[in-house]
Amino acid sequence: MNEILEILSKNAKTTPAEIAALLGMAEEDVAKEIKELEDSGIITRYITLINWEKLEDNPVFAVLDLKVALQRKTGYDSVAERIARFTEVESIRLISGDHDLSVTIRGKSMKDVAYFVAEKIAPLDGIQSTCTHFILKSYKEHGVIPMERPKPKRLVITP
Amino acid sequence: MKLQLKNVHGWNPDAHLSQLVKSMPPSGIRKFFDLVNEMDDAISLGVGEPDFVTPWHVREACIYSLESGITSYTSNKGMPELRDCISDYVSKDMELDYDPAEQILITTGVSEAIDLAFRATLNPGDEVLIPEPCYVAYDPDVMLAGGTPKSVPTKLQDEFKLRPEELSSALSNRSKALLLSYPNNPTGAIMTRSDLEDIADIVVENDLLVISDEVYGKLTYDGKHASFAQLEGLQDRTIILNGLSKSHAMTGWRIGFALGDATLIGSMTKIHQYTMLCAPVMAQVAALEAFRHGEDEMLQMKHEYDLRRRMFVTGLNRIGLTCFEPKGAFYAFPSIELTGISSEEFAERLLREQKVAVVPGNVFGTSGENFLRCSYATSGEELIEALHRMEIFVNGLR
Ligand SMILES: Cc1ncc(COP(=O)(O)O)c(C=O)c1O
Repeated sequence: MNEILEILSKNAKTTPAEIAALLGMAEEDVAKEIKELEDSGIITRYITLINWEKLEDNPVFAVLDLKVALQRKTGYDSVAERIARFTEVESIRLISGDHDLSVTIRGKSMKDVAYFVAEKIAPLDGIQSTCTHFILKSYKEHGVIPMERPKPKRLVITP
Repeated sequence: MKLQLKNVHGWNPDAHLSQLVKSMPPSGIRKFFDLVNEMDDAISLGVGEPDFVTPWHVREACIYSLESGITSYTSNKGMPELRDCISDYVSKDMELDYDPAEQILITTGVSEAIDLAFRATLNPGDEVLIPEPCYVAYDPDVMLAGGTPKSVPTKLQDEFKLRPEELSSALSNRSKALLLSYPNNPTGAIMTRSDLEDIADIVVENDLLVISDEVYGKLTYDGKHASFAQLEGLQDRTIILNGLSKSHAMTGWRIGFALGDATLIGSMTKIHQYTMLCAPVMAQVAALEAFRHGEDEMLQMKHEYDLRRRMFVTGLNRIGLTCFEPKGAFYAFPSIELTGISSEEFAERLLREQKVAVVPGNVFGTSGENFLRCSYATSGEELIEALHRMEIFVNGLR
């Protein structure tokens, strides 16, 4: 994997100067390469990973499994692209197995999410069945364990 | 109040110590440890171990073995599966074949393997040639085995490699063994195959045994680690000591191994069976898992060290602490000659004034004077902050 991407995927705030020092490159070259990665759509956005559970009025997340009945001329793409446009939808993926689409939904409350599914998703053409799983607790997100225990201390000097 | 038993009974434990133990100097690192320990917000570049926790799959395998009740002694030489696994690994990785039944011994860390190698081979007065600066345990271990350590200086201009001229001039008619420790702690120096070839003739002409501590072998950047045992016809003359402490972030498990000629390994096993019986079984189980499935995470950690190495060494040179490129282990060894103060004074003042702990180079032998050992097995952020503080300190000396 591209080393710049590897560093940014762990911490998007790493500056071109820091990346340059780590990789032994010139800062301008790093900045230029990042610009190219952005322009070509390989880097799509820099977002912040938030541990919502630490907030008082945290949002509710649900994973929604959908079965899709394919119709003539319309494939999964058209159904999925339609669903993807809703701002409540955090992610949508075509999956193998019992269901066809896996959708992550974010709402203010459980009721909110339930209404959204019932009113916006279930009635769509081609949706055969829905199965909503509310997320109760998160143990790891994007490779990060939010509640990870602090690193044990090493001795300060060892041979 | 603490009871002063000594006074009560008029008994003096000091009188009961062996002359040998009394004659051994205390570790130069100890003093520094106490100093740093008094401060709570110092950044320590003084740590000779990975900052990573042992990968989870290794810890998990060990936990499962405990749940299954695997808590007994193992064979003196170590679990057969582990010896088989090491034999396969070394065969693939280094193209060296060792018979798991007779040529591999599992030890309690490389530390024990070093001790066994000396004790199994030295007679009183035998000299062991030890290139320095080097890891602090070799000299005392040779002395405890009844031998005499003989320092062989290495120099910055040779990138701290052992050169044939230096080796020749350290030889005597009591020279018995040569200790090699590359990639090196504290310098980060490596010996390439051709560097090793340069000293091979001297080793053979003087019939030296080679004891090769390769615990940092996997942490060789740009290219692959070379072992003296890989030179044509020299495998039998070499005892390789290695372990997982550094490469797999497993220092606390205390697991290592020795590879070599069956007679030598057999003699080491003899001592090991009386003094250690066997290496801890839980560590052996963990080591097995690390050898079988640990390659990817090991390479990831190495990659991370490599990134820090480049950043840190560039930074040291930028702030005027000239540093040759360390090609292995996780240490940088910058020169402080230009500052005009001793490495001990530099380290002590840097700690007091800027709260950065490094280890003065003279702790690792007289050739280490005017150098500092800085470990980059520390997070990138801490390294950047340490460089910043070191720059302020160095500028203040001008
Ligand atoms: C060169 C060298 N050899 C051996 C050791 C000890 O290794 P182990 O943890 O396997 O006993 C160390 C630890 O610092 C070392 O630096």
